[in-house]
Amino acid sequence: MAHANLEKGELIVQVKQQIALANAQEMLSKMTDKCFKKCINKPGKALDNSEQRCITQCMDRFLDTWNLVSRTYGNRLQREQVKQMSTESELN
Amino acid sequence: MSDFENLSGNDKELQEFLMIEKQKAQVNAQIHEFNEICWEKCIGKPSTKLDHATETCLSNCVDRFIDTSLLITQRFAQMLQKQSGGM
Repeated sequence: MAHANLEKGELIVQVKQQIALANAQEMLSKMTDKCFKKCINKPGKALDNSEQRCITQCMDRFLDTWNLVSRTYGNRLQREQVKQMSTESELN
Repeated sequence: MSDFENLSGNDKELQEFLMIEKQKAQVNAQIHEFNEICWEKCIGKPSTKLDHATETCLSNCVDRFIDTSLLITQRFAQMLQKQSGGM
C-alpha cells in the first residue's frame, strides 16, 4: 500500500483534497450537461453571443438551484430527525 | 473504501473522519440527484435570477420527491410482504 507511510494528518489533507476535486469535477460535468441542453438548440459554427450569455446565466442559476435544493433537503433531514426523535420518545 | 478500512483499522480518529466524509459524500450525491430532477422540472429559460415561483417550485419539488420516494418504498414493501405471505 503506497500510502501506508504517510502521516495521518497528511493523509487526511490528501483525502480532503481528492474529495474537493471530485466534487468540483462532478459539478462541472453536470453544469456543462444541463447548460448545453438549455442553451444550444442547434449547434452552429461557433457559440454566438446569445448562446454565450445563456450559458453564463445558466451557470449562475444552476448554482442558485443547487444551493436552494441543498437547503431544502437539509431542512427536510432536520424535520425527519425531529419526527423520529419524538416517536422514539413516545415509545419510551 | 476497503483500502481505507484496512489502513484505518485501529485508528479511531481516522475511522471517524472517513465515516463522516462518507456520509457527507452520500448527502452530496443525493443533492445532485434532486438538483437534476428538479432542474428539469422547474427551470425554463435561464434568466438573470431565480424568480419566486421557480424557488417555490424547486423546494416543493425536493419535498414532494422525498414524499414520493417514501410512499413508494412503503407500498412496495407491503406488496412484497403480501406476495411472500401468500406463498
